[in-house]
Order: sequence, then C-alpha cells, then structure tokens
Amino acid sequence: MIRVRLPVHLRTLARVDGEVRLDVDGRATQRSVLDALEARYPVLRGTIRDQGTHQRRAFVRFFACEEDLSHEPPDDPLPDAVASGAEPFLIVGAMAGG
Amino acid sequence: MTGVRVLVGTRKGAFILTSDGRREDWAVSGPHFGGWEIYHVSGSPAAPDRLYASQSGGWFGQVIQRSDDGGATWDTVGNEFAYEGDPGTHQWFDGTPRPWEFKRVWHLEPSLTDPDTVYAGVEDASLFRSVDGGQSWHELAGLRGHSSGPLWQPGAGGMCLHTVVQHPSDPGRIVVAISAAGVFRTDDGGKAWQPANRGLQSEGIPDPDAEVGHCVHKLASHPSRPDVLFMQKHWDVMRSDDGGGTWREISGDLPTDFGFPIDVHAHEPDTVYVVPITSDSEHYPPDGQLRVYRSRAGGDEWEPLSKGLPQSHCYVNVLRDAMAVDTLDSCGVYFGTTGGQVYVSADAGDSWAPIVRDLPAVLSVEVQTLP
Repeated sequence: MIRVRLPVHLRTLARVDGEVRLDVDGRATQRSVLDALEARYPVLRGTIRDQGTHQRRAFVRFFACEEDLSHEPPDDPLPDAVASGAEPFLIVGAMAGG
Repeated sequence: MTGVRVLVGTRKGAFILTSDGRREDWAVSGPHFGGWEIYHVSGSPAAPDRLYASQSGGWFGQVIQRSDDGGATWDTVGNEFAYEGDPGTHQWFDGTPRPWEFKRVWHLEPSLTDPDTVYAGVEDASLFRSVDGGQSWHELAGLRGHSSGPLWQPGAGGMCLHTVVQHPSDPGRIVVAISAAGVFRTDDGGKAWQPANRGLQSEGIPDPDAEVGHCVHKLASHPSRPDVLFMQKHWDVMRSDDGGGTWREISGDLPTDFGFPIDVHAHEPDTVYVVPITSDSEHYPPDGQLRVYRSRAGGDEWEPLSKGLPQSHCYVNVLRDAMAVDTLDSCGVYFGTTGGQVYVSADAGDSWAPIVRDLPAVLSVEVQTLP
C-alpha cells in the first residue's frame, strides 16, 4: 500500500480528504504510482504530468523521505519506506508565487 | 420571472451574479474553483443551465468543468487537447520557430443549437470541438494546418484563439480570431479555413497589410446581420460588411482606438460598444477616466458613456472577453475590469453601477438572459 499526499487543489479536484492510499502492482515507482493514482482518479490526468508525454508538469515536484525525487527516472524504485507505506509520496505544487 | 445570470471568470476563481429583470439587486455566488484562473465561463443558448468553464493554472494545467444546473454544482469533463498529427512549429516573438504546445483554453463557445457541442479556442492557437458535452475534444486541424500556420506568432498575452463567431443559421460558417494571426473563416464546418484580414493595417509587422499577422483582439456580430462583423484590433476599430471578406476602419472620433473588448447591442445591430485604452503599453483608460464608447451608427461616430463610472484616478483595464450584453427589452451591458469590478448598465449604456467592486482581476464576463 502506497500513501500519496496531494496538494490541496488536486484534493479538491479528486474530492478526497487527506492522503490517498493506493495498491500498486509490482514495483513502486513514480510511474506505477502515478498510473495507479490516475486510474483511481481520472480527473487528475493531465494535472500532474502531460497526458501525451507523461512528462512531469514544470511546477509539480515529487518529494519523499525528505528528498526531492522530481528528477529521478520515472521507473526507478521509490524508497523502501514509501513502498512499504511507512512514508508518503508527496506531490507538491512548486513554491512559485501566484 | 425574467432575470439575468452573469458568468464571471477571474484570476482566482469564477463568480456567478444573478438578478431579476430590473438588474438592481444582485446575488453573488463564488468563488467557484477558488485559486484557479478561470479564463471563461459560458452557457449553452440551447439549454441555459448547461454551463462550461475553463479552469487552468500554472501548476496543474487545464481542467474543464461542466454544470447542468446553472452553476450550483459542477463536474469535471475531458481535459485532453491533443493537436492532430505532428504539430510542427509557429513563430516565437523573435521570429524563431517554436513547437506548437497546448497551454490553456481561452474561450468556450457552446453551439447555438446543441448543448453537447461546444468549441474551445486554445493557446497555442487552435480550435477544438466536443460533441459529447466536453468529455472528449477533437482539433479542427485544418485551421492550424493552414499554409500560414508556421508564420503565426503570439501577441503579448500569448498565441491564443479567443473568439468564435457562429453563423446563426448556417452551422458550416464559423469565424475565429487569433492574436496575433488575425481572422480566419470556414464555410464547411471547420475543414478548410481562409484568412479574412483584407483591409487590416498593422504597424509592427514587416508587411502592414499582410494576409496574416494582425493582432485582432475581439470580434462581435449581431445575429440578425451575420455578415456584419465588428473588430477591436490592437490598434483600430474595424468593420466588415461581407463576413470578413474586407474590412474598413470605423475608429472615427474615438479618443484612442486601442482596446480589447467590443460588443453589439442586442436589439440595435448598428449600436456598438468599445472601451478605449490609452495605448499598447499603457493599459488603462485615457486620463484615468473609465468610459465606454457607444456608436449608434455602426462606427465612426462615438459618444462617451461615463455616468456611474469612475472619472478620476482609474487605471484598470478591460480584457477582451470581459464585456457582454443581455437580451432584455432594455438591453443590459456588462463589463469587468482588472481591478475586480463588474459594472452593469440596464439602459444600454446611459448609466452604470457596480455589481461587485472587489473581485480578483476579471478575465471574462458573459451574461445569460433567463426566462
């Protein structure tokens, strides 16, 4: 079970409170977690990564275990603490004013 | 009871303003989608409680919302706007080639007859259509695929398709406007498009009367006379009497012919409204006096309308999609400002009053006249 913490605007869009808990088939990676997240909440398609290229949107960051994973390859395994559910995978809107 | 519903898009959410036919007392609902940029909210002429909203932002991209109860509740619909084929390149501000890239939906234009059909004008400039209530979107790729497409370039606000004018009786005829490519027209429902910019003169491009490259800010037309189109260009207010075939200038005695919105009285096809703005860099009214100008002669002769509007120290702008008219017997005129005010005139512009004063910067104003 993977815990995912969404930024407030995406929680509003997905109509969820608090963390999202996902079962991910196979190895937990950025791609597999985001695939599972978008399958559960189709409204989030296009809001975190481009629908066509699956590139992370420029003002979205991925954090976990006090590390910035935004630039890690999407198929690299996530930290064990994320894969085990001990720590959440954080999807964050960049601090960019507005 | 007859009433009006004003749909306001702002930098930080949508607001819905409702009133009865007197248009004196208003109820304000919102913000809807707080924190997001709402470029446009529009209602279906065929089913007024069907609304569409373009919700976007720098962080999380584009979302389209739909309501079937006049804005009381909303549901997300499709948000995939994929250009057809290899999108190629257009020109960047400096004239270098730039890959086409979807950025946001500027304008949603529901069909005049079918609530499930809606057009989306987007940045980078293209026209999409949905025939399933916004669930899926398909590009009318003949527009962007016009041979001039690689020459199109953005205006200061981005390379946006911001205006969609549907012919009231011939669904095959659509006129669109793109900043800064110009006007394009189709007669076959969107397969083939032709530029419709003859007569436009624009400084700032190498050939002032080029076939494309004009920074058209907004078009307006009266449904009883669809071949007559009015245009607010970057500079110049223009008119066409042949569906965009040729244009002539009607700026006449305006204090400045720079501006963004333009609209036509609901019952008088030759009564036109603009909001003159000082210049392309000074985006505020001349002399700090907010004035709508009205022509009752289809252009050339204009009168200032200032009663009820701030006449000193006013330095707001009125953006291209932020003016609308209702169809009540005494035509109501509405506009919103970058200062967050939405003004109404229930007497065709003779006098004005603010509906709200302190919204986020207003991006768009539409009005529905309700039975």
